[in-house]
Amino acid sequence: MAAPLSVDVEFGGGAELLFDGIKKHRVTLPGQEEPWDIRNLLIWIKKNLLKERPELFIQGDSVRPGILVLINDADWELLGELDYQLQDQDSVLFISTLHGG
Amino acid sequence: MPAPPCASCHAARAALRRPRSGQALCGACFCAAFEAEVLHTVLAGRLLPPGAVVAVGASGGKDSTVLAHVLRALAPRLGISLQLVAVDEGIGGYRDAALAAVRRQAARWELPLTVVAYEDLFGGWTMDAVARSTAGSGRSRSCCTFCGVLRRRALEEGARRVGATHIVTGHNADDMAETVLMNFLRGDAGRLARGGGLGSPGEGGALPRCRPLQFASQKEVVLYAHFRRLDYFSEECVYAPEAFRGHARDLLKRLEAARPSAVLDLVHSAERLALAPAARPPRPGACSRCGALASRTLCQACALLDGLNRGRPRLAIGKGRRGLDEEATPGTPGDPVRPPASKAVPTF
Repeated sequence: MAAPLSVDVEFGGGAELLFDGIKKHRVTLPGQEEPWDIRNLLIWIKKNLLKERPELFIQGDSVRPGILVLINDADWELLGELDYQLQDQDSVLFISTLHGG
Repeated sequence: MPAPPCASCHAARAALRRPRSGQALCGACFCAAFEAEVLHTVLAGRLLPPGAVVAVGASGGKDSTVLAHVLRALAPRLGISLQLVAVDEGIGGYRDAALAAVRRQAARWELPLTVVAYEDLFGGWTMDAVARSTAGSGRSRSCCTFCGVLRRRALEEGARRVGATHIVTGHNADDMAETVLMNFLRGDAGRLARGGGLGSPGEGGALPRCRPLQFASQKEVVLYAHFRRLDYFSEECVYAPEAFRGHARDLLKRLEAARPSAVLDLVHSAERLALAPAARPPRPGACSRCGALASRTLCQACALLDGLNRGRPRLAIGKGRRGLDEEATPGTPGDPVRPPASKAVPTF
């Protein structure tokens, strides 16, 4: 059972192009049965924010390899990746590395 | 579960775990470690001696942005001066926006910027024109093959114009690993042998080149740019989806997810390969047209441009390169005559 949450979802490194070019999204996640972990956040993003070509952002139940995920400015690897439980006022940033440098 | 404390300063919370060592570091300590490693790469390889005038291949993208930023920070310590050189391939809607990013960077960093355009160097051939010319050739378009060769030539020309003694590019470990995969997949033993190492010492009159970021994984380059709040251009080239490199990149990303050290291990393996005698490439000579280093009569740039100008763009692509040995000599009727822009640049 998860209470509603307010989180910042941001996109960078070109990932924003899949979201109408908008980098910062202030998002209110509704209360629901399942916990608000990153796995469920991705499902929510795919349904509510993703404007085009989902395969460029999501692969299976995770992000496409090459997309970095920072939660409160820390690599999600340190925080449990998909299993991290979101807190109110958390900030999740998705940075794409998939372009020329 | 909160992140562990930084293994270096023990004060802040760690922001990432370094792929190779597994060490957890905060943003500030990571950036310091990243810069120290680039410094070490340059010093240990004696890549950029004091007094060097270093031309930085600047595309506005993440790698060259990080490269220029780090080298600018290290420049006093190394005793080098920097020149930004940007290449305009003539790709509408893409390169203009990227060049705008480079100009902003040049202004912010107070570094001189020189832009060299394919259109001026290569007899009017922009990448858009090359792409149109190669469009009907079946299979996937090979315009990226042209771009890779021509860009290197353009960078050389730009570097010469600013009096550079060395050229640096922002290739990172992922780029190197992708190239290894590509060369394997294409059966290109020659390139497998020549690629890697610490860059080129500069043979046949070419300027020495190196890649100070070559041991940095792409993920770390992006994280460095993030923690240093660097502004870079992050769109994909409009032709990139057709490039063969995309397959190598996808494979590499999947491998990395399973085994983070795979990227650096791949480069490591390639550097330790010995070629069978039959596979060793011939000693290179000089291009009969422009004098640059070449393993055949014509260097790759001249051969590719020749194919384009004859309306046979696939002429110089692939292993056979049949028909190239019977070229017209310079000055054949119908060839446009222009004064050479510089000794190293082909003209038609």
